[in-house]
Amino acid sequence: MIRFENVGLRYGLGSEVLRDLNFDIDGHSFQFLTGPSGAGKTSLLRLMLLSLRPSRGLISMFDNDTATLSKDGRANLRRRIGIVFQDFRLLDHMTTYENVALPLRVLGKDESEYRAEVVELLQWVGLGEHMSALPPILSGGEKQRAAIARAVIARPQLLLADEPTGNVDPNLGQRLLRLFVELNKTGTAVVIATHDIALMDEYDARRLVLHEGRLHVYD
Amino acid sequence: MSMTEPAETMAEPWDDVGVSPAVLRGLPAAASIVPRNSIAGRSLTAVVAIMTFLGSLTIGAAMLVVSAASDWRAEVGREVTIQVRPAPGRDIDADVRAAAEIARAGAGIVDVRAFTKEESAKLVEPWLGTGLALDDLPIPRLIVVKLGPGARPDFASLRQVLAARVPTASLDDHRRWIDRMRHMAGTAVAAGIAVLLLVLIATVLSVTFATRGAMAANRPIVEVLHYVGATDSFIAGQFQRHFLVLGFKGGAIGGGAAIVLFGLAEAANAWLTGTPGGDQVASLFGTFSIGAAGYLAIVLQIIFMALVTAFASRHTVNGTLEAID
Repeated sequence: MIRFENVGLRYGLGSEVLRDLNFDIDGHSFQFLTGPSGAGKTSLLRLMLLSLRPSRGLISMFDNDTATLSKDGRANLRRRIGIVFQDFRLLDHMTTYENVALPLRVLGKDESEYRAEVVELLQWVGLGEHMSALPPILSGGEKQRAAIARAVIARPQLLLADEPTGNVDPNLGQRLLRLFVELNKTGTAVVIATHDIALMDEYDARRLVLHEGRLHVYD
Repeated sequence: MSMTEPAETMAEPWDDVGVSPAVLRGLPAAASIVPRNSIAGRSLTAVVAIMTFLGSLTIGAAMLVVSAASDWRAEVGREVTIQVRPAPGRDIDADVRAAAEIARAGAGIVDVRAFTKEESAKLVEPWLGTGLALDDLPIPRLIVVKLGPGARPDFASLRQVLAARVPTASLDDHRRWIDRMRHMAGTAVAAGIAVLLLVLIATVLSVTFATRGAMAANRPIVEVLHYVGATDSFIAGQFQRHFLVLGFKGGAIGGGAAIVLFGLAEAANAWLTGTPGGDQVASLFGTFSIGAAGYLAIVLQIIFMALVTAFASRHTVNGTLEAID
């Protein structure tokens, strides 16, 4: 699904923050991406989301060389990826329902086509009572679940989550992890960036460990 | 798997949740992707309204100057004067009659009026006072010759005929005055156009910067749309439509206010016609009407402002997307 070959990344004229990355993300797989703060987890996620271009090396996604893709081609690939941001990035002027439905709206679908599905998903993540609420009045956990719902509503083949349990208590963290595991069972490949060792100990999965810009894979 | 291959349609865990129709009916209509009533948006509308109003006033003022200058030129150009000087041994009344006859025969001349002796005396009264024995003074007599609209009589041959038959008569076609008037009017028109251009440039710049300011608040929306897979053209289109409406709203408020103001000025001018003050204003500014062309120019400016706002928003979105990518 995703292949990194000798990928390096530098910002501007600085030194490389990611070096010689060689790894694959297979379809239906589940992995944690971990490492100390500042190790480059978010940069690596942004490379996988095609919102950064590597300084060198080859990134292949869904059998496409990303270096040769047009802007629209990159946008099309991004539609097959769901992303959960550490800071949620919900749009404050839209209700929870509208935030979650946004990826489908962007795809040009008519609301009548997706309304039932969005409501079902919101009920499944426990936000059935907050569909018409604006994000500023949601709790941290509710925002996180809304962000996850928005990431999976378009049934992505790959789900990227950046510190999804960073702002919630351990109990809610475990519930969110179960949510990701459930999604993985339906076929979505999952990459969770975290430095929460307790969370990783909850579920036996592949670990991608970033250290000083290099990636060590523990299958 | 190729890029264009559709995503797998495997059942999701939430597919069996089930939703009652009442819940679906209770959902409100979808909000606009770009927030409609932001503070930045209202400020932008105000800036566009104020600048369009000022731009419209400048357009109107420039058009008034252009039309007044054209009126002045036309008024002076539609009249020539024949001056008959008294000379020893000549009957000035006969000379005046002869000169008037010659003038009447000319092509393009619609009216010839010879000033009587009394009228000629009245012309010099402001300088010489009353009660003088004007018969002893060599006061020239004037013949005012009115030309038809657009008429260009052959002044050279008229001068020749006058010189041959009435040697004491001379023709003044006001060429010197017309040239000065043309020069002055040209300067006034050039100054009006220069001021208009400066105001339009200032308007475009202030609207562009106000749009960029309003767009800065929308950067998170651009980013989220980008990350959920929206194409650049989709994102730019959303903002361009929104800002086109904002710009049009601001332009309509400012331009509409200017149209009302010019309409009121025109009505007041019509109401004052015939009064001494009204006539003075009319002699300076003509009818004080910017005419259909003026109103059309204001409407075009409103559309132009809306387009500038939309274009500036698109440009800013594209810049933001370049920075993200």
